[in-house]
Amino acid sequence: MRNQQATQLLSELSRPGRTAVSWPACDVPEQPLEDLIPSNFLASEALKLPELTEGEVVRHYTNLSTKNMSVDTHYYPLGSCTMKYNPKRNERLASMPGIVDLHPYQDESTLQGMLQLLFELQGIFSEISGLPACSLQPAAGAHGELAALMVAAKYFKSIGEDRKVVLAPDSSHGTNPASAQMAGFKAVSIKSDPNGGVDMEDFRKKLTDDIAVLMITNPSTLGLFEKNIREIADAVHEKGGLIYLDGANMNAILGIARPGDFGADMMHYNPHKTFSGPHGGGGPGAGPICVTEALEPFLPSPVVTKNGDTYKLEFDRPQSIGRVRSFFGNVGVLVRAYCYILSHGPVGLRQVSENAVLNANYLLSKVKHFLPVPRGERCMHEFVASASKLKQERGITAMDIGKRLLDYGFHAPTVYFPLTIPEAIMVEPTETESKETLDAFVETLFKITEEDAALLHDAPHTTPISRPNEVQAARSPCLRADFCST
Amino acid sequence: MSTDNLLFAKTHEWVKVEESDGAKIATVGISAHAIEALNDLVYLELPEVGKEVTAGESFGEIESVKAVSDIYAPVSGEVVEANTALPDNLDSLHQDAYDNGWIAKIKISDDSALASLMDKAGYEKMCAEEG
Amino acid sequence: MTYLYNTPDDQAAMLKSIGVESIEELFATIPSDLRLKRDLDLPPMMGELELTQHISALAAKNASPATHACFLGGGSYDHFVPAVVDALASRGEFYTSYTPYQPEVSQGNLQAMFEYQTLICDLTGMDLSNASLYDGGSALAEAVIMALNTGKRGEKVVVLGTVHPEYRQILQTYFTHLGIEIIEIPCVDGVADLAKVEETVNSDTNCVVVQSPNFFGGIEDVAAIAEIAHKNDAVVIQSFDPISLGLLKRPGDLGADIAVAEGHSLGSPMQYGGPYLGIMACNEQFVRRLPGRIVGQTEDRRGKRCWVLTLQTREQHIRREKATSNICTNQGLFALRASIYMALLGPGGMKQAATLCTQKAHYAQTKLSEVERLEPVFSSNPFFKEFVLRDTQGNVEGLLAEAREAGFLGGIPLGQFFPEMDDCFLVCVTEKRTKSEIDALARTFSLIHSGGSTIHA
Repeated sequence: MRNQQATQLLSELSRPGRTAVSWPACDVPEQPLEDLIPSNFLASEALKLPELTEGEVVRHYTNLSTKNMSVDTHYYPLGSCTMKYNPKRNERLASMPGIVDLHPYQDESTLQGMLQLLFELQGIFSEISGLPACSLQPAAGAHGELAALMVAAKYFKSIGEDRKVVLAPDSSHGTNPASAQMAGFKAVSIKSDPNGGVDMEDFRKKLTDDIAVLMITNPSTLGLFEKNIREIADAVHEKGGLIYLDGANMNAILGIARPGDFGADMMHYNPHKTFSGPHGGGGPGAGPICVTEALEPFLPSPVVTKNGDTYKLEFDRPQSIGRVRSFFGNVGVLVRAYCYILSHGPVGLRQVSENAVLNANYLLSKVKHFLPVPRGERCMHEFVASASKLKQERGITAMDIGKRLLDYGFHAPTVYFPLTIPEAIMVEPTETESKETLDAFVETLFKITEEDAALLHDAPHTTPISRPNEVQAARSPCLRADFCST
Repeated sequence: MSTDNLLFAKTHEWVKVEESDGAKIATVGISAHAIEALNDLVYLELPEVGKEVTAGESFGEIESVKAVSDIYAPVSGEVVEANTALPDNLDSLHQDAYDNGWIAKIKISDDSALASLMDKAGYEKMCAEEG
Repeated sequence: MTYLYNTPDDQAAMLKSIGVESIEELFATIPSDLRLKRDLDLPPMMGELELTQHISALAAKNASPATHACFLGGGSYDHFVPAVVDALASRGEFYTSYTPYQPEVSQGNLQAMFEYQTLICDLTGMDLSNASLYDGGSALAEAVIMALNTGKRGEKVVVLGTVHPEYRQILQTYFTHLGIEIIEIPCVDGVADLAKVEETVNSDTNCVVVQSPNFFGGIEDVAAIAEIAHKNDAVVIQSFDPISLGLLKRPGDLGADIAVAEGHSLGSPMQYGGPYLGIMACNEQFVRRLPGRIVGQTEDRRGKRCWVLTLQTREQHIRREKATSNICTNQGLFALRASIYMALLGPGGMKQAATLCTQKAHYAQTKLSEVERLEPVFSSNPFFKEFVLRDTQGNVEGLLAEAREAGFLGGIPLGQFFPEMDDCFLVCVTEKRTKSEIDALARTFSLIHSGGSTIHA
């Protein structure tokens, strides 16, 4: 059934003379190009792009799409990624004329509807976080981390303090230390305790007077609420440091607990996770940040303000860190988040978290009987099981299990993260899956743990390709169709 | 090469010290045990010849598909030679981590760090304990 | 609620399996004094119909190219998007899929990204491309980071004054607090003064940042700038306009070492500034320093050609604080759109699109310069699709406000970026603008009297 021809490379499908567009004839009096642009600036030959008809392009990409798993077609129990259903209405609403086609430099008088939406969204994000000020500018979660750490740096500079250390638990996302480094701080890692929380002894040891920021993911990457969060926040604040909340796991606590109330001074959201922005095969996301009042002056510019009935872009922010990207922000993603939040309302948002947590605990209650869950009987929106015992006894790894799940039509869970759990299998069901799906997933997972090890080592067996040779790919990188170094 | 007289660092580098023209030269590589643990090697970044290195600090990197490990200088001194044939023959490290598997030669400026290195027996004991 | 599945019966069965009485018990690990003890203060829930009415009402308060002829540019452009781009990119198998960490079930995305990298290399004449970054501005900052981290050279960043002012602000934000010196070369003539470049660039220079076509639309002599930079061992970073490469020499042909661009023009809408597409291509020397995801070709266990994310040890999820960048997300969907766009246009279509832009922009410049109160600025510089006009009556805001009333987004006032140019505005003409729209804009500007009275008065 699979169309092998259509999924050849574009360059292989190309035939000279084919094209898929016919531009209109030039309706202004044409002049010789060389009279307009000196010939030394003009390309001497045509671009080497493929030449295809419209039908070929459609068939090529349509066939490629069928080689992907996606939320629309499959269940993704992918820990830390919150792969929930992406509502179709949001796509239509974000694609409306007057929304999708606005130019970033239009006069504010022609943007009142858009600015109203963005102003309201700033307020919504502040309310959900319990942090009063918001910037919608960052382009992704990691970009939000970077922007917020720059805000912190500028804040400390403004009060004449030179603080250099950013602490983050060893179970944190790799973006945390990487962002700290880029923002000019020294990233120092804190150990996790056996229950997946911050190791308080190591924390106290590393909490020095030059602490700038403690970055914490709460609920943690192990799906647990940090029970010492108040004590940690108080200790950091006492030293004059700030708390940064990595908002990757907000899906567990919408309307239930607010970062600003449990001690955070700054945070980012991942609207493409929590607020259902489609992942697009790896982006776009957005990374709006919320901060305390004291940090507000340092947020990126512009922010949207309201004066009477008029919305305005405020650029006059002398203490701002400036810009971290061009134009306003990833508005298309933000509009979808706004639509998602309005589709729920306050009660609906809390129900999102309640059901995400219920689903995760339900899965945990079933999975723990055949795959140990080392850190706790309960979880928030996700949990981490370990294939460590299976590996010792039968040589079956977390990777084998993940790959075999693909054969049964489930996306693999996140494996080998966090690094603090050996053979980690991180499962996040989200709230948009049925009990039947969860039951089927558990049943399959159990069946796999009983399967022959050799069968699992070679899995998947039914997907468009078998396991790729990643060593070859990294050793002799071939990064474009016509240029492979050997 | 007999590995009996090599010294080993906690970070899995091996060192052979020889006298040459009155200077002490340390030949440095990565132990066979560490090579096995790294599994499929894909990339080796050699230190630059002429670079001054400090004992205990990273002076090169070795990568597998999904991990990267620093190579730490076991002694302080100047890098006088790097094994430029090695990055293209990473598989050979699995057969031979010692003779042709050397990574760099360091002209030792301060050999005090040598005292903290282990002999072969001590290193093997450490590896066994680490599992 | 709309998207939830669990019925009360489901919930009861699940709670029983867990061994708790209520959902509330599941939150017992959150200390009660840290709980929110009220409902969030948010707008009430809206069903799809109400929400559609609400968003439609907001959209109706905006003007857009659907209601006004758009002559705005400055890094975001009203180019035509073929229907095929929307149709293919809106397939759920593309836009609701995750980052292709499981290659066996992501070959569609991986092949598309590999083809994107190939197309970007063909477009730019560079050796390598990553699988995309956030946008043109932050891509430029990442290019500078890459230059600063590669090889032994100076530490100062030289930036031409004709680079997009927002991009230059981003460089200031990213680098000045780290103590990295950014030297801006003022460009009073609208393009770089080569003598000044020669004078500024020296052995302390790490990289030279040039944009061509530049913010004012002018085409820079990148080859000459690259020669000066290379004499001093500095890296040349060019920010380019992808549509312009249908006509103009490619960054790789001009001596650029790193080429970055705002890529939304390749098949993605303006959507008030984002999400966009950060293009980054470079020479082979940077292969292990590139930020962001990269796809490579390999074989599966049965010897079948396939694609995987590769060189991942550069990235934050493995190297943490030593990563080449903190970037995790890319703009996969917009890279896909750009690929489909380029595949549809091919070499001929790209050349025609660029030619239409340039012919129409030059016609518009002539036509608008005939308006009595307007005069062209930097008119001796060759330009691609944008140019600067001066309002000799010094009332740019008033002029453009009246043009809006008449149905035109007529240009970008330049005073907001360059205080000394507060009597100037930037006009952009893409292939979408027609002769009759250009003529009508010229007529409108002619009819607008000085002193703020309107054509309707």
